[in-house]
Amino acid sequence: MTATNPDVAELGAQGAAPGPEPVSTSARKALSSPWASLAAIVIAVVWTIPTLGLFITSFRPESDITSSGWWTFFTNPTVTWSNYDEVLHGSDTNLVTYFVNSLVITIPAVIIPISLATLAAYAFVWMKFPGRDFLFVAIFALQIVPIQVTLIPLLKLYVHPPLNLVPLAGPDAPGGGFYTLWLSHTIFALPLAIYLLHNFMSQIPGELIESARVDGAGHVQIFTRIMLPLMAPAIAAFGILQFLWVWNDLLVAITFGGPNTFPLTARLAELSGTRGSDWFLLSAGAFVALVVPLIVFVSLQRYFVRGLLAGSVKG
Amino acid sequence: MSTGEKFAQMFIAIALFFVVVAVILLLTQRMRSRTGEVVQAAAFVLPAVALILLGLLYPAVTSIYQSLFDQTGSNFIGLDNYKTVFTDSEQLTVLRNTAAWVILVPLFSTAIGLIYAVLVDRSRFEKFARALIFLPMAISLVGASIIWKFVYDYKDSSQTQIGIANAVLKGLGLDTYKFILNDPWNTLFLIIVLIWVQTGFAMTILSASIKAIPDDIVEAARLDGVGGVKMFRYITIPSIRPALIVVLTTICITTLKAFDIVRTMTGGNFNTSVLSYQFYREYFISTNQGLATAIATVIFLLVMPIVVYNVRQMRKLEAR
Repeated sequence: MTATNPDVAELGAQGAAPGPEPVSTSARKALSSPWASLAAIVIAVVWTIPTLGLFITSFRPESDITSSGWWTFFTNPTVTWSNYDEVLHGSDTNLVTYFVNSLVITIPAVIIPISLATLAAYAFVWMKFPGRDFLFVAIFALQIVPIQVTLIPLLKLYVHPPLNLVPLAGPDAPGGGFYTLWLSHTIFALPLAIYLLHNFMSQIPGELIESARVDGAGHVQIFTRIMLPLMAPAIAAFGILQFLWVWNDLLVAITFGGPNTFPLTARLAELSGTRGSDWFLLSAGAFVALVVPLIVFVSLQRYFVRGLLAGSVKG
Repeated sequence: MSTGEKFAQMFIAIALFFVVVAVILLLTQRMRSRTGEVVQAAAFVLPAVALILLGLLYPAVTSIYQSLFDQTGSNFIGLDNYKTVFTDSEQLTVLRNTAAWVILVPLFSTAIGLIYAVLVDRSRFEKFARALIFLPMAISLVGASIIWKFVYDYKDSSQTQIGIANAVLKGLGLDTYKFILNDPWNTLFLIIVLIWVQTGFAMTILSASIKAIPDDIVEAARLDGVGGVKMFRYITIPSIRPALIVVLTTICITTLKAFDIVRTMTGGNFNTSVLSYQFYREYFISTNQGLATAIATVIFLLVMPIVVYNVRQMRKLEAR
């Protein structure tokens, strides 16, 4: 989708079309081009300033933040790490704890649904069993369920499970209460993950599987030895999407989790309510929460864009 | 729990998961008969299907059923909750706000994303220029809310401003403005936050489909003397129509479900609540289960046709 003809791109960069050009076009171009550049620059600046302002603020001393605008930083630069120190280790905010929670929630909530979805997608593409097509369409259709509709009954199921099973939520919850979060994120990820991976997997040539079958390989062997390596890019694409989704999630975290399992987003939202004008804390806190998705996003952007379109329908 | 214990729990959970999956696969992998294939398929599919049934289908059906009961969930009251959603004055404000969000966010994000994509297309700094707009996509909506709350920060006109929006107003000689408090325009300023986030998404998708327009079409049009705005209107827009629709509907769906911005910036106060936040508020703050599930069902009913349309358009887009 993103493939560009390099020659055309180069020509465009020089601002000239090949061959003789009608006078009217070039005249219009001469007129519109500086305005076009200006418009692009204005949009880019407007889009960047909010983030830049908070970023600069996070490095200014508390007294400066409350007494002058962040833009005065350029004439009077004073840089301090104390906001970050306070927000990470201060007894009142202690974001390190919540950073750990975010990691502990996110890692299994990415690994588990992807594993389950890859298995299911494999079966839907390469195995024959009764009701296969119906089941796949049903799962596909369930993508339309917004998670709000499921939250209340699911919460009840966790608190009062049937058949005397161990309640997954509440004071005696196993695993410190993280199981509800892992499970919920897994459930909400599955329909989309199965659908996406199914699409990728059905593009793999069937002869590959057939010849492996003829050579006596079982499904488990084909799955682990052939499928997984071939599926790596697709798995990476969905993995990044799911990672960002879980890391940035607030709704699932505050519905199923408690203060002990709050991720950074939930804690930040809380701080924004209770200490709404302490910008030295909020600015540094926002960037603590931001740094991991930013690294993931910048380093793996290629995969991210691929999964983006399909992924944003989720939740 | 200490940090070490949390990570230990995490590794236990992951290990447990893989052990269970491995055992299931090992137990079934030796079967080669006709029924063996079915058993194997079950081993591959059933874990996911069971989770979806238990965690998605069952709760969704239960929710819709519970929306017909009163706030404690014990007395059947028919469609009264829906009547409340569509007649109560507080809920009507919620509906009004939701409508404003659902109309403005897709429209403006798509328009700005499209214009920007065209403007920077094939320019020297395209990659960097796109990254700037795209960046907000990686930020959580909570983070975005905090960033914008700081932009909107209010101090009296006589004082030094620390929020840039009011600093600009003051610089222009105007009075400072309570962006977040003054109803009804505050909803508009909350909407800007989501536009800011979603524009990057619109730009990325549209930019990719602009690049996919065949060069000979553009070239032919150019030889016919079509350029600038006309090129945009008669060549670019029709060529990327399916992508435009997908982007619009996708942002529509995201907007209907997003509750983080309202919760973080106003807590739904000052008449800014929207359906997705009202659901949360009715259940967790007002403990009105019937009304909360009814609101969730309304979100469901609103999202459903858009998703169906979106998916059909997306398949068309992929088929091209």
